[in-house]
Amino acid sequence: MARKLPSRDVVIIGLGWTGAILAEELTDAGLDVVAIERGPWRDTAESFNVGYAPDELRYAVRLDLFLRPAQDTLTFRNNLSQTALPIRQFGSFLPGDGVGGAGVHWNGQNWRYHPTDFRLRSHLTERYGASAIGDLTIQDWGVTYDELEPFFDRFEKIAGISGKAGNLKGAIQQGGNPFEGPRSDEYPLPPMQMTYAPTLFAEAARSVGYHPFPTPSANASAAYTNPLGLTMGPCTYCGFCERFGCANYSKASPQVNVLPVLMRRPNFEARTECEVLKINLDAAGKRATGVTYVDTSGEEWEQPGDLVICCAFSLFNVRMLLLSGIGKPYDPATNEGVVGRNYSYQTNSSVQMFFDDKTFNPFIAAGALGQSADDFNGDNFDHAGLGFVGGAGMNCVPTNGRPIQTRPVPPGTPNWGSAWKKATKESYNSAFSITSQGSSYTMRGNYIDLDPTYKDRFGRPLMRLTFDFPDNDIRMSSFANDKLATIAKAMNPRQIVANKTRSPYTVVPYQSTHNVGGAVMGADPKTSVLNKYLQSWDVPNVFVMGASAYPQNAGYNPTGTVGALAYWAAHAIRTQYLKNPGPLVQA
Amino acid sequence: MSGYALTRRYFLGSTTLTFLFGGVASAGARTLNGQPPWQAFTAEPPTPQIGNGLLFFLPSEFTTLEALVARLIPADDLGPGAKEAGCATFIDRQMAGSFGTYQRFYMQPPFVNGTPQQGTQSPNVPHVIYRAGLAALDAYCRATYAGKAFIALDAAQQDAVLQAAEKGEAKFAGPVPAQQFFNLLLQNTREGFFADPLYGGNRDMIGWKLVGFPGTRYDYRDHATKHNQPYPLPPVSIFGRPDWVKG
Repeated sequence: MARKLPSRDVVIIGLGWTGAILAEELTDAGLDVVAIERGPWRDTAESFNVGYAPDELRYAVRLDLFLRPAQDTLTFRNNLSQTALPIRQFGSFLPGDGVGGAGVHWNGQNWRYHPTDFRLRSHLTERYGASAIGDLTIQDWGVTYDELEPFFDRFEKIAGISGKAGNLKGAIQQGGNPFEGPRSDEYPLPPMQMTYAPTLFAEAARSVGYHPFPTPSANASAAYTNPLGLTMGPCTYCGFCERFGCANYSKASPQVNVLPVLMRRPNFEARTECEVLKINLDAAGKRATGVTYVDTSGEEWEQPGDLVICCAFSLFNVRMLLLSGIGKPYDPATNEGVVGRNYSYQTNSSVQMFFDDKTFNPFIAAGALGQSADDFNGDNFDHAGLGFVGGAGMNCVPTNGRPIQTRPVPPGTPNWGSAWKKATKESYNSAFSITSQGSSYTMRGNYIDLDPTYKDRFGRPLMRLTFDFPDNDIRMSSFANDKLATIAKAMNPRQIVANKTRSPYTVVPYQSTHNVGGAVMGADPKTSVLNKYLQSWDVPNVFVMGASAYPQNAGYNPTGTVGALAYWAAHAIRTQYLKNPGPLVQA
Repeated sequence: MSGYALTRRYFLGSTTLTFLFGGVASAGARTLNGQPPWQAFTAEPPTPQIGNGLLFFLPSEFTTLEALVARLIPADDLGPGAKEAGCATFIDRQMAGSFGTYQRFYMQPPFVNGTPQQGTQSPNVPHVIYRAGLAALDAYCRATYAGKAFIALDAAQQDAVLQAAEKGEAKFAGPVPAQQFFNLLLQNTREGFFADPLYGGNRDMIGWKLVGFPGTRYDYRDHATKHNQPYPLPPVSIFGRPDWVKG
């Protein structure tokens, strides 16, 4: 029997980017907030200390900062006819753990989704007719780019993003992304220094008629003080970003950009290494009464609260709703229900290049240091006759030269022996890859539910992921890969190796931790879990942050839009919900 | 429940909880408020895996392991190989840590064979894969090469055994398939060759020198825009460099 604690105004589940943002906003509004985080407290000096932060084995290979499958994992299958089996070692994606969440180990590419992404079904229907969409279950977000713009701007200023605007209030800017939505302001910091490989990529992309620009980066190009008064140090191009915490206070994270202010608020409290088991509901199931969590001694506690905000990583938000009975679970057989519906991912490809006469120094790098081109992203190009919808960003963002994991060798090289050694030595400094990061569109049968067999350490069912790449996305990715190859050819390497995405999707090699959907936002409760303010249609004192709200994924890294949505939801809670607690949109 | 104005509830709450959880300094579940928790000299440095002796392998197993890694990354005209880099020691030290039992992985039954896309479903942990795998390797060698163990074979024969294991053509008796043994061995050998020397491998930064990785320098601002120019400084590890600690 759980021991009952005094009630709070707000209970937040998970203290990553969205938990920190919501807690900062709502403590600022005078509310009494407690955040419950299943992982440990982490800060820069203690957890990513400069004396030992650059340790590839510990952090990138043994994954010290990540969720451990022994704590929690998923089961997986490609389709409904298979039996799902547990992901025993994380591979394709790597969920975070602890204070800061994925905001600790991300690379820092910080994108705004395109205006057409937010009204995808409407836009594509208007331009190409409904038949172009086929059996994809893509839909509008219920919120528009223009509504979100001030909140994109807010997150970019909090996180100290380095970049160059391409569209300021409708006026196209030289050097930026001409395809982006109109911005109210420049980036808070100028672009980073450009290393050799992205510089070659940009020249080549320009030479074949595309429009490259510096990738928007949460690795600070210069010292910066954000609107909360918190300071970032300049990035040192150390090459230890993704999978690592930043010891330089240079990569935006909750630790650097929000928590030092939040932790000093007397009306905020964090409880770490406490795992929420479920959100509790009243007898009618229409109102959350708080949460039940378990501490490291195994003791259960009931934390009552007036408002419950789910701020876990995308996948685990969906599971929390399923475990708590909030919203109707999706059933692919009947195509009814919403929780778990419209899971999507990212459809990537790459082109490797091997040169004879170049020295790239791949270790001089940062997680989001590079050049990108959006000519074939989203609906920036005419899809008539192409046989697919969606698109991909083309990126040259060489993040590291850490040699356990970054050792390109030409195809056909043996895996060991002197020939392997020779090829490894020759290629290490003279090869690099460019990538397409493609949209992932939803279809019936790609979804999340609870597994019937496998349990976590508390005896709760693991969540079950059923996913394969839709044919539409395979065609899109192949098209984008061919465009990448044209840029690669313009660089005149000795050898080009195109790596296209193929079905079936596999959970083994790393691809992307951009798991989105499953608790999607929208205008229609029949096809969405949340309204446009990320508020549960069914239990209006529950809000759910994060990329689980994305109805489908675009060809961008999700975090910038996650940040914008968090500020958007916080604004709605502060200006609307607190005055009149209840549904902000009538179903 | 009252509205959303700031109340004095949190004072009561935090006092109570600090008592219940024993304050912020205790391990495990913590309640944090008032300021970011910070104490001088608190950090989580790695434990250097140096020194002699074996933590997991028997001396005979270790000799075979050294012979194996010497074929995977051989000493040749490009420089020293995995044996010289201490990869066998690295693997021994890894077996003594959480990796040796896959402590971090989901190891709950039932173990059912699935598709390649579903990832490994084997119940075997590295302790078993090495211990049973090394025994099965020698049994395979003895059966195939007139009673000779792996270390008694010449280099060409050793390579033939490794190729057969890599392709799954060698049949290993016992719970560990040849391919599973080979894959873990290759993975760990590469790790040991390129990991920071503090873990017992990559001795004298042999692996880093081979490819030209400068290690843990952590600040390349002065070279970021020196395009196509080799980086001039030698590697450094979390330990520093040997010439820093001489005398």
